[in-house]
Amino acid sequence: MVDRDDAALVLEGVSHAYDGLRAVDGVDLRVGMGELVGLLGPSGCGKSTLLRLAAGLETPQEGRVRIAGREVARPGASVPPEARGVGLVFQDYALFPHLTVLDNVAFGLRDRRGTERRRMAMDMLSLVGMVGVAGRYPHALSGGEQQRVALARALAPKPALLLLDEPFSGLDIRLRDRVRDETLRVLGEAGISTLIVTHDPEEAMYMADRIAVMRAGRILQEDAPAAIYRAPADGFIARFLGDINCLHATVAGGKAPSPFGCFPAKGVADGARVDLLIRPEGLTLADGEVGTVAATVRAVHPLGHSAIVVLRLDGDGRDLRARVGAGRMPAAGERVRIGLDRAQTFVFPCTESGGG
Amino acid sequence: MTTTDAPGPAMAAGAPRPARSGLNGWVVAGAIVAALVSIPIAVVAGSVFAPAGEVWRHLVDTVLGLYVRNSLILMLGVGATTLIIGVVTAWLVTLCRFPGRALFEWALLLPFAVPAYVVAFTYGWMFEYAGPVQGALRAFFGWGHGDYWFPAIRSPGGAVFVLSMVFYPYVYLLARTAFLEQSVCVIEVARTLGRGPWRAFAEVALPLARPAIAGGVALALMETLSNFGAVKQLAVPTFTTGIFRTWFGLGDATAAAQLSAVLMLFVLAVILAERFSRGGRRFDHTSRRYRALPRFRLRGAKAAAAVIVCATPIVFGFLLPGAQLVAWTLDTAATVIDARFVTLALNSVGLAAMAALIAVAVALVLAYGARLRRGPMMAAILRFASLGYAIPGSVIAVGVLLAFAWTDNRVDDFFRAQFGVSTGLLLSGTLVALLFAYVVRFLAVSLNGVEASLAKITPAIDGAARTLGLGPGAALIRVHAPIIAGSLFTAGLLVFVDVMKELPATLIMRPFNFNTLAVRAFELASDEQLAAAAPAALAIVAVGIVPVVLLTLAIARSRPGHRPGRGLG
Repeated sequence: MVDRDDAALVLEGVSHAYDGLRAVDGVDLRVGMGELVGLLGPSGCGKSTLLRLAAGLETPQEGRVRIAGREVARPGASVPPEARGVGLVFQDYALFPHLTVLDNVAFGLRDRRGTERRRMAMDMLSLVGMVGVAGRYPHALSGGEQQRVALARALAPKPALLLLDEPFSGLDIRLRDRVRDETLRVLGEAGISTLIVTHDPEEAMYMADRIAVMRAGRILQEDAPAAIYRAPADGFIARFLGDINCLHATVAGGKAPSPFGCFPAKGVADGARVDLLIRPEGLTLADGEVGTVAATVRAVHPLGHSAIVVLRLDGDGRDLRARVGAGRMPAAGERVRIGLDRAQTFVFPCTESGGG
Repeated sequence: MTTTDAPGPAMAAGAPRPARSGLNGWVVAGAIVAALVSIPIAVVAGSVFAPAGEVWRHLVDTVLGLYVRNSLILMLGVGATTLIIGVVTAWLVTLCRFPGRALFEWALLLPFAVPAYVVAFTYGWMFEYAGPVQGALRAFFGWGHGDYWFPAIRSPGGAVFVLSMVFYPYVYLLARTAFLEQSVCVIEVARTLGRGPWRAFAEVALPLARPAIAGGVALALMETLSNFGAVKQLAVPTFTTGIFRTWFGLGDATAAAQLSAVLMLFVLAVILAERFSRGGRRFDHTSRRYRALPRFRLRGAKAAAAVIVCATPIVFGFLLPGAQLVAWTLDTAATVIDARFVTLALNSVGLAAMAALIAVAVALVLAYGARLRRGPMMAAILRFASLGYAIPGSVIAVGVLLAFAWTDNRVDDFFRAQFGVSTGLLLSGTLVALLFAYVVRFLAVSLNGVEASLAKITPAIDGAARTLGLGPGAALIRVHAPIIAGSLFTAGLLVFVDVMKELPATLIMRPFNFNTLAVRAFELASDEQLAAAAPAALAIVAVGIVPVVLLTLAIARSRPGHRPGRGLG
């Protein structure tokens, strides 16, 4: 059953429950040919289950799954993982400990024989720069090396779709940046359609062409990384994508008042509580008086390329966190005036969730 | 231990000491234990250098070939049978779903509870010509003597059958754990790389489990080699029965020790073969994520076959002999269970409790010492202290008796020369010697448990205790021991049960006129008073069920992320 839509992966209204607990709840998702989609969400949001549904390790109770135009799952019927043509890299790589690196990579090349099989596996190893360890066993490799072997193993059978489950979370931070770049290069050279699951918004924004933000089994927003960051669909997403300040306000006359002036609160009834969410980089140390607010610097936390400045607004008990460039660094106790970038300020109905 | 253990005022005791010097109280204590444990083994090994006497030459001419032949038959037969039963049943209960699976999962361990000699004397009676099985066959088919063929139970083949039925749980247990502990991620990756469920099992799960399976077979073989009671009951002469006969019948200690040394060679060969089969490869788990394994549902004839395959070893290893023991006990309990029986039980329990207490205390000191002083020295000490578990009980008995007799004679010589008094045999033939032999044999059991539980305490706990003013000894008593109290109890319990079941060392070393349940059951069975032997045997089986329960509970908890009863398949 070939569909006109030639996307690498299409999920339509997919739901899945474990023991009556809905882990995935009516999800639609599409990964285009050659596209890298990041599935982003906090732990327990159902993103790994979604990946397992795509791999065929779970059968959805509702909805349909298509891979490269072929229907692979509908309620109660599912093509088993071995017949789906997907590559999968687990969080801790799950290399076969009883096989050498080369045999691990060759494992999926079932229909090839002898020297050809070996040559193809070596090609994959050279793509990830691991030819030198072909004869070693997995336990002799570092975490970064294991990650690259796992990637080579998943790519070797030339799958239509690659699924990555938090593939960098086992690496320390320094190594992670390098392995990320390296992985992007390999994925680009292989030209493979990829779905990557992560709970790290920076990682998702860094790697993905498109991000789907997931929470409690549902996809809340799906867009290019910059678009999601600039225009989060709700307070949860705004908080999840980055550090944020929150000011509470009560709507009056369709506007939300704040020390920085009024903000339009569309579609919110008068008297309702709203959150004003301000990114730290939306607060600036200003020189002029116009549109600015007086504050006292309570602490300065240098981060090298920038610094987090904790400010207390005058006549207001609230602390705000501003991210300022390394150029002009105030000192603790200094009196400053702060301005606000309205493009980095979002107004959402008040939620009880205080996270982010 | 040392004076530095006292949690004295930090200021007063604050003189800097050289850090990490090579020797201290813990290392010395460990070295002494390791040396003591090694003595009986060294005595036996050293006996090969003693001049071969008349008896030894007689043994070589007459029975040595038979011992070797029987031992090889038993090893081959028991090895192959336990391998097949253990792997197939482990595979069925971990990867398939069929009626009764959860029950079989733990019931397959039940034969662990029955000592081999008990099964042997039960079956020796049931399956012999005059026994109920052949009698029923003759009555049913109207056969007479010589009309039919029936395998002889008192034969090497019969011994293979009996030993396999009680030793297969070693293979089952280790294979099952190996299948369960394999990260399901590894199997799932194999699936996405184009393997069906059965191929994924054959190409990934089975090779990964191979070291564990080999380990299980090696344990079964070591038990086979050290078995004395069952082969004696089934009239299959092996090294252990030969050692006994040479010691008591021919009265030649040196020849007995030399036979023991040859037996140790067989044990060594098993250990080396197991090491070799691992091929030096370590199959570290490359994934630490677990998930309940999807199981394949078997239906109809396949499910029935699975039930039969799993039920058969339980029936022959536990239910059948157990039922016979119960029947006999019901017949004889009124006459057999008297004051004398209570004395036997108290002897057994007392000995086992003391041995357990000593074994756990010694293990605690050793394991904690190794924690304080990591390094090759303590690692070697622990390995030596664990040696006894590989050595058959009869060999240890011979080694301990020879060593104690030598010591007693030297002490006697000394006192006679110095004071003109004879001290006689101070230790030989006493409970001290017997307890010592038990600790040598079973120290590894307690050491395993204590080491594993100590390893779960993070080093930060030590740091916290020490900075709060406790010395190493005080920290052990006030912090570590209470934390692992449960595991210490479990370790002691395992030693307790092993001692209750132990036969050959007790038989050889018990003081004059001192009997235990195991010895009494064996002696009565040897005199063909099977029904009278049953109550004692049944008591031992009842105690033997305790570690089976413990194992079952441990297994239920062992799998990270595994909640019983929640399968995804």
